[in-house]
Amino acid sequence: MEVAKTVRKVVARHAGVTTRLLQILIEVQDELSWLPPAALSCIAQALKLPRARVDGVAGFYSLLYRRPVGCYRILFSDNITDRMLGAPALMQALCTALWVERGKVSEDGLVSIDTTSCTGLCDQGPALLVNGLAIGRLDAARIDTIAGLVRGRTPLADWPRELFQIDDNIRRRGPLLDTEVPPGAALAAALKLGREGWLAELRASGLRGRGGAGFATARKWDACRAAPGAEKVVVCNADEGEPGTFKDRVLLTRFADRVFEGMTLAAWTIGARLGLMYLRGEYRHLLRPLHEVLARRRAVGLLGAGILGEAGFDFDIDIHLGAGAYVCGEETALLESLEGKRGTPRIRPPFPVTQGYLGRPTVVNNVETLAAVALIALRGGADYAARGTASSSGTKLLSISGDCAFPGVYEYPFGVTVAEVLADCGARDTHAVQVGGASGVTLAGDEFGRRIGFEDVPSAGAFMVFNRSRDAFDIAHNFVDFFAHESCGFCTPCRIGTVLLKGYMDKLASGYGAKVDLADIEWLERLLKNASHCGLGSSAPNAVVDTLLKFRPAYERRLQSLEFEPAFDLDQALARARQMTGRDDPGAHLETLREDTT
Amino acid sequence: MSGQFLLDGQAVPFDDGQTILEAARAAGHYIPHLCWHPDFPPHGSCKLCIVKVGGRHVSSCALQAADGMEVDSSSAEIRGERRTLLQMLFVEGNHFCPSCEKSGNCELQAQAYEHEMMSARFAYLFPLRPVDASHPDILLDFNRCIFCELCVRASRDVDGKSVFALTNRGIHKHLVVNAESGRLADTDFSVDDLAANICPVGVILKKRSGFKVPIGERKYDAQPISRVSLEDES
Ligand SMILES: Cc1cc2nc3c(=O)[nH]c(=O)nc-3n(C[C@H](O)[C@H](O)[C@H](O)COP(=O)(O)O)c2cc1C
Ligand code: SF4
Ligand code: SF4
Ligand code: FES
Repeated sequence: MEVAKTVRKVVARHAGVTTRLLQILIEVQDELSWLPPAALSCIAQALKLPRARVDGVAGFYSLLYRRPVGCYRILFSDNITDRMLGAPALMQALCTALWVERGKVSEDGLVSIDTTSCTGLCDQGPALLVNGLAIGRLDAARIDTIAGLVRGRTPLADWPRELFQIDDNIRRRGPLLDTEVPPGAALAAALKLGREGWLAELRASGLRGRGGAGFATARKWDACRAAPGAEKVVVCNADEGEPGTFKDRVLLTRFADRVFEGMTLAAWTIGARLGLMYLRGEYRHLLRPLHEVLARRRAVGLLGAGILGEAGFDFDIDIHLGAGAYVCGEETALLESLEGKRGTPRIRPPFPVTQGYLGRPTVVNNVETLAAVALIALRGGADYAARGTASSSGTKLLSISGDCAFPGVYEYPFGVTVAEVLADCGARDTHAVQVGGASGVTLAGDEFGRRIGFEDVPSAGAFMVFNRSRDAFDIAHNFVDFFAHESCGFCTPCRIGTVLLKGYMDKLASGYGAKVDLADIEWLERLLKNASHCGLGSSAPNAVVDTLLKFRPAYERRLQSLEFEPAFDLDQALARARQMTGRDDPGAHLETLREDTT
Repeated sequence: MSGQFLLDGQAVPFDDGQTILEAARAAGHYIPHLCWHPDFPPHGSCKLCIVKVGGRHVSSCALQAADGMEVDSSSAEIRGERRTLLQMLFVEGNHFCPSCEKSGNCELQAQAYEHEMMSARFAYLFPLRPVDASHPDILLDFNRCIFCELCVRASRDVDGKSVFALTNRGIHKHLVVNAESGRLADTDFSVDDLAANICPVGVILKKRSGFKVPIGERKYDAQPISRVSLEDES
């Protein structure tokens, strides 16, 4: 039987290790195009896991399918920036060209088309994934080409290479993007200082994590080094799921050596032998080049046993793929996912530095943090701290997209004002800026003098620009949809609260909002912020909070009445019946009926 | 090591490692909970046990008590938030209490009374959740599941069977049973399993025993859950 054979082969490739469950599911799906019930049963059997658990993991990740999908699975990136660049119309055009309804499989089983959360190509959108591979810069011509290739059943391997060309768009360089770090040089420099001396440099650099929370890197490493337990672990968080963020993609494309060197430095500092990189599924095109870099480093003794000739310095790195779950960027959900489980955030404390991957002391760092560490080893802590501000030292990569002439990656010293950034990226007539992605801050015009930094406007790297033609409500609405889609569903406030919030935003968008809805929205926001189990839920209402405060007219314009208004639209309720009967004449609409009788 | 903290102004002693909720119970104070169970490690999902410590909201079932903590568990703000969490759970599922066999024995219903929840406040989501009546002794009515995972934990960690697991994500999250057919009858589930006797709401129901205890004489009919819960333990 084909399914059983495929499963046996893939499971053997992973030596039947249960922590590889997600990787096994991904690879089995690669071969079968979806995960039929029999495949899940076979995998469970082969790994000696309960079948329900395998089903539970497969069901968690949105890029895994337990129902048949098309031979070509096309997913349009649904970030607000993609929408602004015309993604909805392009998706509709492709649906029409291929005779398929969004969210369904074409009748011949050839193709299915749907949307997915931001794929990290906002500087070259609109973007889509076809069978997991990214295509950017979509326009009518590219949609035509893709439709033709699908209709002609051209194997993906034979699609024109230039379709899959992804640009780095580095627009502004600072020390991080400009300094040559020959492989091994940063490690050698740190080794020369000894662990204490090196940690002192790292402390002096003032480096804080670039993944969002801004925790001091030296403190994290110190704590992990001091934690009891011999088998420590270094994890690189390359999940980069925050809408509008793509700087880690560029670092992994152009500076992978530096990131791996940062991981190796962490390993030497804390005494770890195992390194894991968690790469978001949307960046799968980077998997092979990254493995090539790892192989090169092994070949020259920068990974493996006795690194740089140092006895006992043994360390190697493996890469795990994600499969479409923003919450897996949260470090404890990421660890669960690495262990082959559902990506549900853990109770904290204990923190990963004492109990992380498989209960072992673990350092989790963002890609950019690790790249900066390598730079600090090479040039010293004081040199690093010379840039930036007192509480945000060094430089920060910004992923700039939206309404600007030059979207791409920019390196700035912390403390740069929003206005300076806007001028550099060629933004004109700017109405609002979303800093830090969907979970970040919405800034209005009178705030463009504020500075990027942990003490003022923190940012994990996203910087989305909106000009006067945009509506702040649409921005918040898009983000609310995103969080409802990405909530892991573990805790009550976020699982249900994000969906209720979406309901209110949908109600407002369709013109049935009332003033009491705004009060309910504000109450939900507070509960999400206060009671959520992890940062996803507590930051989910941020954009609504900010836009309600700073762009309130965008909401009030949509209120039909200031009092109560039912969300139920009688005429809309007939839509299904109209579709089934193929009718759309005036007699099939309530509004017109009512007019007729008056 | 041990110490004491203040719960709504009252001193509560604790032993090292005890959570706020455990120490409070031991001292005879009730903090509401749904997913917490005395025989299992904290789960932290329902959030009914939220309290405020030093101005921050925390899950009292999961956070260890510390000396000198000032814990607010009964302010109007906290009670209001708990009520909203209950309203959310009610609109998420399909809870028709008057026709539910668990009525009067149901912790969700009892919490709603405890928190003076008068309406569901939000729009019902009316999810489609088919029941599973395949098993000879047990009926599964998923419409009432609140995802406390007690059945999952009991079956896995005590019964050693892993009959239940969660699948899907977010609002689409739901329980599955350990069989390719998706039917409880095709698992090794038994009416004597701990998992068959632990559901706080009306999902996992024993057949042929419905309404043996009449409504009005049930667990939470005469006394509020805050009292019953503490008596249970002593
Ligand atoms: C919902 C959520 C998503 C996150 N996504 C990411 C991510 O994609 N990449 C990342 O580095 N950190 C992400 N984080 C932050 C991580 O939890 C963690 O703080 C970070 O990886 C630590 O690395 P750093 O100290 O180098 O910043 C996320 C946090 C939350 C709550
Ligand atoms: S806040 Fe949301 S994402 Fe985080 S644990 Fe709760 S349900 Fe999951
Ligand atoms: S079936 Fe009952 S015990 Fe199991 S998760 Fe749902 S509510 Fe909890
Ligand atoms: S009882 Fe603490 S979160 Fe459920």
